[in-house]
Order: sequence, then structure tokens, then C-alpha cells
Amino acid sequence: MTTEAGSETEVKENAEESAAPPDQSEQAKQESQEVANAEGEEKGKEKEKDGKKITRYLPTWFKKQKSQSQTSPTKDVQPTEEPASKATEEEEGPVPEVNGHAEDVEEKEEVKLEQVKEAEAESHSNASTDTEPAKEEKVEEGAERSSDETKKTKEAEGGEEEKKEKEQVEAEGEGGDSQTSIFQSPLRLVRKTKMKVVVCHVALLDGTDFTCEVEKRAKGQYLFFKVCEHLNLLEKDYFGLTYKDNHEEKCWLDPTKEIKRQIRSNNWQFAFSVKFYPPDPSLLTEDITRYLLCLQLREDVASGRLPCSFVTHALLGSYTLQAEFGDYEPEQPRPLDFISQLTLASNQNKEMEEKILELHKSHRGMTPAQADLQFLENAKKLSMYGVDLHHAKDSEAVDIMLGVCANGLLVYKDRLRINRFAWPKILKISYKRNNFYIKIRPGETEQFESTVGFKLQNHRSAKRLWKVCVENHSFFRLNAPEPPTKAHFLTLGSKFRYSGRTQAQTRLASSLIDRPAPSFERTSSKRISRSLDGAPVISITEAGRDMAENGREPHLELHSDSKVKEPDLSPGDVEGVPSQSPGCSEPGLPQSRLRVHGDNIYVRHSNLMLEDHDKTQDEVLKHQASISQLKRSFMEAPPPSPPQPNQWEKRLTSSPASIRVQQQQVVGAPQTEAASPDNTISKPKEPAKTTEVEIEETVVIQEVSKAAKPGLVTVTIASDAEVDAPPAEEQETQQDSAQVEEEVAAEEVQQGKPESVSSESESEDEAEYQPEVSVSISQTQIPEEKEEEEEPEKDDRDKGAEEQVSALEVPSLPAELSHPAEETIQEEEEEFRKEETDAEEKTAEKEKESERETEESTEDPMVTPDEAPDSPTPPVETVAAAASPAPAEEEEEPKVNGEASLVEVEPRPQVICCSEPPVVKTEMVTISDTFAAQKTEIATKEVPIVHTETKTITYEAAQLDGNGDGEPGVLMTAQTITSESLCTTTTTHITKTLKGGLSETRIEKRIVITGDCDIDHDQALAQAIKEAKQQHPDMSVTRVVVHKETELAEEED
Amino acid sequence: MANMCPYGRFTHAVVRGVPDTFGGAAGDGRENEGAAVDLAKARRQFGCLAGALRQKVGLQLIEIPPDPELPESWRIEDVAIVQGDTALITRPFRQQRRSEAEAVRRVMSELGLTVVEMEGERGDSGGATLEGSDVLFTGREFFVGVSSHTNRRGAEVLADTFRDFAVSTVPVCGGARLKNVCSMGGPDTIVVSSSDGAKKTLRMMEQLTDHHYEVLSVPEEAAANCVYVRGPSKRDFLLHRPAEECPESVSAFQKLQDYTLLPTACGEASKLGASLSSLCLLINRKHSHF
Repeated sequence: MTTEAGSETEVKENAEESAAPPDQSEQAKQESQEVANAEGEEKGKEKEKDGKKITRYLPTWFKKQKSQSQTSPTKDVQPTEEPASKATEEEEGPVPEVNGHAEDVEEKEEVKLEQVKEAEAESHSNASTDTEPAKEEKVEEGAERSSDETKKTKEAEGGEEEKKEKEQVEAEGEGGDSQTSIFQSPLRLVRKTKMKVVVCHVALLDGTDFTCEVEKRAKGQYLFFKVCEHLNLLEKDYFGLTYKDNHEEKCWLDPTKEIKRQIRSNNWQFAFSVKFYPPDPSLLTEDITRYLLCLQLREDVASGRLPCSFVTHALLGSYTLQAEFGDYEPEQPRPLDFISQLTLASNQNKEMEEKILELHKSHRGMTPAQADLQFLENAKKLSMYGVDLHHAKDSEAVDIMLGVCANGLLVYKDRLRINRFAWPKILKISYKRNNFYIKIRPGETEQFESTVGFKLQNHRSAKRLWKVCVENHSFFRLNAPEPPTKAHFLTLGSKFRYSGRTQAQTRLASSLIDRPAPSFERTSSKRISRSLDGAPVISITEAGRDMAENGREPHLELHSDSKVKEPDLSPGDVEGVPSQSPGCSEPGLPQSRLRVHGDNIYVRHSNLMLEDHDKTQDEVLKHQASISQLKRSFMEAPPPSPPQPNQWEKRLTSSPASIRVQQQQVVGAPQTEAASPDNTISKPKEPAKTTEVEIEETVVIQEVSKAAKPGLVTVTIASDAEVDAPPAEEQETQQDSAQVEEEVAAEEVQQGKPESVSSESESEDEAEYQPEVSVSISQTQIPEEKEEEEEPEKDDRDKGAEEQVSALEVPSLPAELSHPAEETIQEEEEEFRKEETDAEEKTAEKEKESERETEESTEDPMVTPDEAPDSPTPPVETVAAAASPAPAEEEEEPKVNGEASLVEVEPRPQVICCSEPPVVKTEMVTISDTFAAQKTEIATKEVPIVHTETKTITYEAAQLDGNGDGEPGVLMTAQTITSESLCTTTTTHITKTLKGGLSETRIEKRIVITGDCDIDHDQALAQAIKEAKQQHPDMSVTRVVVHKETELAEEED
Repeated sequence: MANMCPYGRFTHAVVRGVPDTFGGAAGDGRENEGAAVDLAKARRQFGCLAGALRQKVGLQLIEIPPDPELPESWRIEDVAIVQGDTALITRPFRQQRRSEAEAVRRVMSELGLTVVEMEGERGDSGGATLEGSDVLFTGREFFVGVSSHTNRRGAEVLADTFRDFAVSTVPVCGGARLKNVCSMGGPDTIVVSSSDGAKKTLRMMEQLTDHHYEVLSVPEEAAANCVYVRGPSKRDFLLHRPAEECPESVSAFQKLQDYTLLPTACGEASKLGASLSSLCLLINRKHSHF
């Protein structure tokens, strides 16, 4: 965090100071670096130096990037830090998970990991160096966070600031060293302070209030993590936050959405409660978790939500007494009112109190933890344990209650259970307006499935019930990480799907908890005069924090170790971790954190790479051989026209074309640039919201400025005119397209893309969910009204693509091709800077792609570079892309997407690049270990990518003029898969360099994954690595950088 | 739950003797029901049952003397529903039977049970009727057969009384009583007849429950009513209809492993629509809260 924060601040400062001449900025840089080192905040001087060296060669434009990249090393090293910082800075929503838990811990882990890596490979040296400092910084940050929310707020300013920063940076352009500038000016801080912070009041289970400040745009996760951190709770997946909506209805706070948009009021009051009641509390790992569950159940019993008999009530009360007060002391009989308050029996009377005392006597010697366990063992047997009741009417307008629980859906009339639908029997859950439907699997003797409908009070309650059903089904019914994990793409960003871990996952994760049992104080209700320490509340809080820190460390360490040592173990972890929910519990964190590391992955394929040297001679030889082949094929292929790509680049850079893309650029680009000097795959998390047009526009401007500054001139020149025109159109088109997409999605029920569906459903008050579908995401159909059954996803894909195309009638929708139906349609755009390289790459890519295509039915519409230049109009290209689902040769023809997806636009300082074929991601890959990924195979699961828009943008890599070596042929292929929530850009650089008669070919692949907060970085990363590995077995992952960025336009809401 | 333990742990059995007016309808034409009943035989059978419960199974037997004014008072099961420490005094369908509860209530109190009145506490119970023969307690939950004698309101009272447990209502076909078509044959075993009506009821029960029960299907409907007790000696006892009454079902009971089978005749009572379980109230007074 700290490092990032620092860097950001620096950037901002720079921006502010942008007026300052570049020279000064450089000086400042050095100074700043020194300072940083001194402080330990800066990661590694070496890196910076390296960066500087590189920067010298590179145009100012690149320099900027590099500078950022320098900053990034910390990020790379400590992915966790970044996330945390991001979270704080921007929208903490997605990131918060990581951050929220134990930032410190994560940092530590990361550090360890880094060290290990270093040991393994020298190549990582930079990272390693950075790492340690980063640790320190992180720790500091953590402290700061806890103490100073102001920082957060400042950082939280988020998107706007970032934009500003970016702009500034760009403006400085030459200033290359953005970092330096940052240090100089405190302005940024000031700005940050401006950020809107809201004070949240969270009612905890022990009756105390937890107050914390969050950025106004923070997502539910962030707050939830803050609370869990405060409670020192690791097994947090069973819990959630609730709020009262405008109608005084209790709603669950969606961790993946902004808080503000959910509560829709200025009443930032929340309650921490149990969301999923574990059927067997004895399986919980930690006593503190059981304690919290007890607190919830006490309240449930007292309030009557959990009805129980007199005897049971008394028994539970007696356990409560034992847990809170210890053994019964005859000489000091407690006043009955005491007990009554404690047990809170709604119908409490003296008889009950006497019974409680009587039972209490029998618990002598029982420890608090044992008493809690006994409490739970009795409570769990209650028939209404964990049943969430909703008022409804049946088809005959009779008042009933629908109870959602771990096993399914229960129907009550009064107190009588009159029907029950176990999850396995439910094929689909849907709601339309105020109607709630469940489709029942036909019985053995029945031929047809039946649909049962219930009427709820209003559409809100129907939706609420539906959501609860979806979540409960996902949590309890889906054991494997399957749906959540794999569904990843589909699920990301969708509000309708359960984003957290399933019970199976959380159990797995908690089994990994290895911290000493945290000590916590049991607070009896405030009314009770006798408390253990007098001021239970305060003490608790403090204790909790302390505990958290202490506890986390060991835990984290273990994880890191395990990962490093045993990559095999990781798979399990990964599954557990897949945690779509950032908030995922800490137990899993270690893994997740590791994965998270970085958005940026730097893959080096060639041994020649200056930096990498892990490979053995054999490997090198192989590699060379493969490279030579690539060259041949490349040569044979028709050379692309260099100039055109340039135009495209400009266009991309300058044009705001696709909103989504722009966002990515805005958010992701700057970071990416900064983060990865060499080339890394950066996965900035962006809130992909089409809505925010203004912001995008701003971004565009920035980009333009960037383009102008750097020496990239050659590339951009020709295309300017073209470029200018398109942007406006593109924007419009984009918007249109977005709409179209939504419509399409709606139409395509079967495709069942969670995200699209979810969005629709919310807006339309309708949604469907098919619990039955086993593992695959596809199972759940979100389509609104349509009750279509699952169709083969593949078919859907094709259909979807076609449909989309048709839908796209408007030519202007190029970028927006959305393949809601299936998985994602990916378009790849490739630009060739240099013919030779390009040619080689093309061939290579073609080959690879073709292979992939064969493997994957998904088509990536490729636009030939030639075409691209010809047809500046994005729409056409897009159409083509969309239309060409035909596996055809995406690669054969490196095409530039007319869409001009800005995504890749970011100038990359990469010097030598060997282009690798763009990979279409059809499958989701789970990486057990992020780091291990390099050496370990990544398991892939086929995950249909749901509503994704694929845009391919080709841009020319900045020419490495600085190197001035013979012909730096750089072929770049950019592949962008865009979904509402996720965007993946793969850029491949192939550089052929002649040095002293020796030709070096470097293939650098940079994968930028941009997405919503919801994105599962780990998965995306894993997939990316997997793909890369498939293509280049020898490749090594040099860098992984994770960037978090804030949403720019949140105010809209 | 404190009250939750595997079904079958009983310590006491409450029975009520067969009055001289046995078979005399409590108002309606019992004589019309068919075969005339043999009072002496009925008393012998009753004696055998009581003896089996006390001597074979080892339960504390409490016998309430018969009351000639109450010809159906021997069907003690209908009058109270006992679970754990709580006894719910029911409100039988027939007005004439409601006074049967007095003696039973007294015994329940003497046993230290918490007596819950169906009518007393809720004077508005108007219309609510409940009889024990329509209530199947499995140890985990209640099933209430909505029959000619028990209605939904009665089931609601039951649910309100035993809040720890799920109370599900199931339809009972053909004017029978729930316990006529099924009964507990073990902690997790339900004995059920293979008639269509019983199957239908069983399907509903399976649909409504969160638990899994073993099902022991018997060809004869009369055989479906058994009395299972896991006695103080930790042995499984099953009182079932003898071979002479249900020849085809005996083999089914013999499948039960390690059971002590106690064939108990109940021919006379069954002529009046009753069965083995109708004759006794089983109570567990050694309740452990742990």
C-alpha cells in the first residue's frame, strides 16, 4: 500500500507541478528515490536505476511509464500492498478483500514469496529488492490505515484523482520520472483529503457499535472487511452486513457493489450478522467464529426469530451464563434480572430464570468455548435454525412463509411446514415483478417439470428472496469452487450471483487457518453490570486488533511457505480461494494474495532476454529453435504495413472510442505503464461501467496528450485525422452497443451470462437462477423472463455472436461486440510495426491461434492489419470481427480492430519484443500458486466466458529508438476481451535485434487484464499464464503487477 | 436440543384399562362398525400389551383405571402428546372424549411433565382438533396427519407447543389415521404399509423432511402400526401384530437386526379402528440435557 500510495501521491504532485520542467522532474526523481530508499518506502534503487537506464533510451513518453513501472516493482513484489492501496485509494470494493483482511500479513507473505522467488531466479532480482522495502512500507501503511483514515480518504478520491494524475503525468510526459514529482508535492494529499468520506456505523453482534470511515464510493466488501478486521474474524464467509432499505426492509449488503448505491439513503447504518448458518458449527475452526455465531443465535432466540421451547430456551440461556460468567457461584447468586437480560427470553419469567440457574449449575467446569459449543449443538437442532423467512402468498393468496435454508426452500403456513423444496429438486429460481417462481425437477413418476409460483409483497421482496436463494444455494449446495470459480467470467460483476466462497471453500480455507486461537473477550450485554473487564466494548476492540495482527502473521507465513514449498497444495487452496469475493476470508488469503500479486505478468520467452536466466542451456536451445521457426514463418507471411498500425495506435490512444476501453485506459493504462517498465501483464481492476461517459472523455484527452508528448511521433502521424473523427462516433456507438448488448443478453436467455443477466434482472425486477446446473456457470440462467433451459453453451456462443452481429446492425458498435451468450468473443488486433517482426509473428500467431481455435470453438474475430488501416471506421472492423466467429485465422491475419480499443494503447517501454500469438481465452484457468505458476502447471477448466465483448486493438509498440539496434522489429498483437467487468489485453512484442552480428529475438508478452472489482485476478492471471505457457513452454513469468484503480464516475448515482 | 435424542428412549408407559363399555360407541353407532367386539378378549390383549411393556421391555407402567363413562378412554394415545418434558393435552374430535383428559392430565403432572392445555391457554382454539393417533413423532420432527379427526389448527397448536421441532402436515387418505398407516420402527425407521394411501402419505413425508428415514414397508395395513422402544436395557424392542393377525408382514419385521420382536395381538381394538400404539402413552422421564 504505502509504496503505491506514495507513488500515486507523487504522481499527483507531479501533475500539479507539471509546470515544472522535465529536468527538474528527473532530479526530483532521483532525490525522491533516495528519499524513498532512505525511508524504505521506495522499493529498490536498482530497479529505479534500471528503469532510468531504460528510460534514457526511451522517449519521454515511455519514460513516464517506466517511472511508474519503477514504482510498480513494489507492486509486483507485493501485490497485496497494491490492492490495499488501491482499495484505499480508489474503490476499495474489489481490492478490499485482500486489503481488508490483513494487509500487513499479506505484505509479509508477499515478501516471503518474493524472497523465494529471488532465490529461485535471479531474474526476479529487481522485484526482490523492491520487496523488502515494500514490506516496510506496507507495514507502515497498515498502521497508518488503522490510525488514519484520512489517508484512505485521500487516496479514495479515486478515479478522479487518478485521472488527474494521469493527465498530469502525461502532461509532464517528458518528466518521465513521475515518481520524483510525486514526492515533491504534497498537493495530492490535499486533494485526497477532499475525498468524500462517510462514517459508517455497524452494529455488532455483541451490541456494540463499530464506527469506521469509508470512502463514499467504497464497496460493500471494504466495509465488511473492516468490520471483520475489527472483530479479528477469519472465517468471515458465514457473515455479512445488512442495512435497512427505504422500506425498512433488511437487506444484505452486496460486497461487490458500492455501498452508496445499495443503501440509497444517507443512513449509513449497518448490522453485522450471520448470513449463512453453518449446519454443523462444530466444524468451524475457530472459537471466535463460534462465539459470534452464538451471539447471533442469542439474539435470534430472544427476538423470537428462532423459536424454541421453554426447556431449550432455558438450556441455551444456561450455556450463555456459563460462557459469560463461568461457573455458577452459589454464594453469589446473580440477580434474576441479570439473567433475564442476558438470555433475553421474550417470554421470560421467573420460572425460566430459575430453570436457567438450575441448568447453569450443571455446567460447572465448562470453559466458555465449550459452553458456546454446547449452545450451538443445541441450537443447531432447532427446526428453524438458519431458516430465513419471507412473507409470501401462495397461488391461492393464502399467507405463507417461505424459508430459505441450507437444504432448500421451506414453505410454512403459520408454524406448520406444508412443503419443502430441496435444492436438488429445484431446477430454476426466478422472479418477475413480485412473483417468485421455482421450477421443480420432475419426480421419478412425473414426466414434466412443474413450476410453483408465489406472490410476494412487491418486487423488492421478490428480488430479495431470489437473491437469498441464489446465495444460499451457491453457498451450501455448491461444494466445489465450481460455480463461483469457473463462473468467474460470467459471474464477475454480476450482482445476482453469489460472489463469496461456498461453504466447502470456506471450510477448506479455514482448515488452513493456522494462527493461535485469538483471545477475545465476551461481552455480555451492556445491561449486565458485571463484565469481566468493566468496559468490554473497548477492550474487545483493542484486543481484537491486536489479535488480528498477531494472529495473522503466523497464518500468513504458513501460507506463503506452503505455497512456495508445495505448489501441489495450492490447487486446493486455489479452489478455496478462487474467491470471487475479495472479502474472502483470510484463511484463504494467503493463496489468493499470492495470486493476486500482480496484474502485470511479464512473460519472457527468450533466453536472450537480458533479465531472465533461469533456463538451462537445453531450454535455451529449444527456445532458440522455436524462435527460429517463428522467424521463418514470420518472414514468409506478408509483412504488415507499419504506418497503419501507427495510425491505429494514435487512434486508440486518442480516441475515447469504447467507453469500456477507455476506462481501462484511464485507469489501467497509467498504472500499467508506471507499474511495468518491461512488460508485464497488468490487470487493473476497473469498474467497467459504460455509463460513465464523461470520465472517459477526460481520459481520452489525457491519452491524446500522452501520444503527443512522447517521441512516438512516427507512429501516430498519419492517422490523426482518422483518429479524431472516430472518437465521437465510437463513443456513441459504444453506448449504443452497450445497450444493444444488454438487449441481446436479455434476449439470449440461454446464454445465461450472469453479469448481463444480473444487470437486467435488477433493473427489470426479473431474474432467473438455475441452481441445478452443476458445476458450470452456464447452469444458472439469468434470463429474465425466458425460461429457456440450458442449451449447449457452445452453440450459444455461435448464436450469440451471430445475434450480436445482427444486433449490431449499427456499424458503429465495433468495440462493443458483446457475446453475452456464451463465453466471450475475443477479437484480436495486431499491429505490425516492423514488417519482419510482424511477419514472423503473424505466422507464429497464426499457428498458435489456429491451434487454439481448433481447441476452442470460440472465434476470435481477427481483423487483418491491412484492413484495419483501410477501414478506419471501427464499426466495420468490429462487425467483421463479430461476424467471423469462424475460427478462421485470427492470427493469420493480424488485424487491427477498427474499434480502436484503447485498452492496449498504453505505450510500453518494452525494448525487445518477440510477439506471441494472441491467445483467446476460452477457458478459465485456476492457478494454484501465482508464483508457482511459472513452474507449475495450471489447471484449466473450461469456462465459458459470458458476456464479453472482444475488442482487438493493435497498437505499435513504441519504437525502441534508444536502442537503435538494427531493426527492432516489433510486432504487437493485442487481444482484448472485454466484458462488463473484465477486459483482457494481450500484447505481444517480438523484437529482433542485431547486436554485433548476433541477432536476438525476444518475445515479450504483456497481458493486461482489466476488470471490475469483482474480477478474480488470480484466475485471470492463471489463465493468462497458462495460455502463454502453451504457446511458449519456455517462457517465464517475469512480473506480475496488480493495480487497483478507482472508478471514475461514481457520483452519477 | 435438549429434548432431542434418538427416538425410542422411553422410561414410562401410561395405559388405561378397558372399560365394560368397550365397544359401546361414545355416541355414534359403534355397533354398526361391523364385527362385534369381545370385551374379554380385548382385555386379554390389553393385558398382554401392558405386560410386554412392563416385563419384557422394562418400562415403568402406569395404568389408569378404566372409566365406564368413557368407553374410548383406553385409546389413551389420542389424549396427550408427550415429547420430552412437555405433555400436550389434546382436543379430540369427539366432544365426548374430551373429558378423558382429566385423568391423564393428573398422571402427567405427577410425572413432572409440563402440561400444556390445548384449550386452556388458548381459549380461542375453537375448531382446533388434534388426536395423538394422527401425530407421528420421529425423534426429529413431527408429522401431523390432517384427517377426519385432526385439523390444521390442531397441528398449529402442536407446532406452537413443541417449538424445537419442525411440524409438518401430511394428508391422510381414506379416512384413516396417520398412525394407522405408519409408525416408528426404530430411531430412523418408519414402518409403513404398502397401500396406495400410505405411499402417498409417505411420499409427502419424505418431501417435507430434512432427514432421511429408513422405510420398512409391510404389506398389511394393520401391521404398519408398531411400538418401538429402546428400553432401559439398551435393547431394541418392537411390539408388532402377530402372525395370526398379519401373516404376511412378520417376515418384514424379522429383517430388523438385533431386535427383540414382541408379537402382540390387538385384534379387538383394531376392530374399533385402534391399534397397538393407541393403547399406550410412552414417556421419557430420564431426560438428559446433554
